[in-house]
Amino acid sequence: MESVKIEKLLEKYYEAETSLEEEKMLKDYFSKDEVPAHLSEYKELFSYFNESSLETSTRSIELSKRTIALRWLSVAAMVVFFVSVYGLYVQNEAEKEEARLAYAETQKALELISKSLNKGTVAIAQLDNFNKGTNAMAELQNFENAQSKVFVVE
Amino acid sequence: MNQKEFLETVLPFKDKVYRLAKRLLVSSDEAEDATQELYFKLWKNKSKIERYDNVEAYAMMMTKNYCLDQLKSKRASNLTLVHSNYKDDNTSLQSDVEYRDGASIIKRMMNDLPEKQRMIVQLRDVENYEYHEIAEIMGMEPTAIRVALSRARKALREKFIKKQNYGIS
Repeated sequence: MESVKIEKLLEKYYEAETSLEEEKMLKDYFSKDEVPAHLSEYKELFSYFNESSLETSTRSIELSKRTIALRWLSVAAMVVFFVSVYGLYVQNEAEKEEARLAYAETQKALELISKSLNKGTVAIAQLDNFNKGTNAMAELQNFENAQSKVFVVE
Repeated sequence: MNQKEFLETVLPFKDKVYRLAKRLLVSSDEAEDATQELYFKLWKNKSKIERYDNVEAYAMMMTKNYCLDQLKSKRASNLTLVHSNYKDDNTSLQSDVEYRDGASIIKRMMNDLPEKQRMIVQLRDVENYEYHEIAEIMGMEPTAIRVALSRARKALREKFIKKQNYGIS
């Protein structure tokens, strides 16, 4: 009697027309030990579904650990970033300072050179005066020559 | 939503997520990884969760999508290495040794089903979801779900009966 009912349910089951309650009836029926021989092949199928639904995940979910790790990782990345940026900035400043010093030194050296050069120029200018003097003296010589000629003729 | 509230919402269906992942990815190790990954994704999208009235269906849908993506990328990387004929020979050879008892035979037959049918059988016959929930998870019409389910159940029966009559093929 019952197996006829079950066969009807199976027919509906294979057309996907059974409700969840009816499917539960099938599962309960096939979980019993005594099942008619011609239905025995369904026993394994339904007990497989039952077994499968009992399988559980054994690993626990690690939400916090991972988020905390990720948060620390991002903090560390930020620190590294800022430190490297600051390092670059400091290095840049140091280079600028060095350049400024070098500029000042060069300026000093150039000033020194220009002072010495100026001294030279002044000396050369005096040399000019001396030349004028020499020239004047040479003129005086001419004058003397002329004078002696005049006196010789007389 | 703080972490405690989040876990109270999503942990009750963790095993269902794991079982669906395992049904698709087959290996329990990969299924555990997928579950972990999925919960991490859910946690990141926790603001979205509050908007869904059926969080479980949303999570199952995410699981489905994630595992299908995994399979796709796995297939893409294996494509050059695995020849389909060669692979078939290999598994049937294995089956002679490994799959002797009924449960293992059914498990293998389930894995032979197309992914869509496999998921629908899993959601209905193992997890006992209502049709409208399965429709939501799969993104399909309920009538299409019934058609695919009927087809999958019949395919399982046919294969199983064949095995019973002729022994392990």
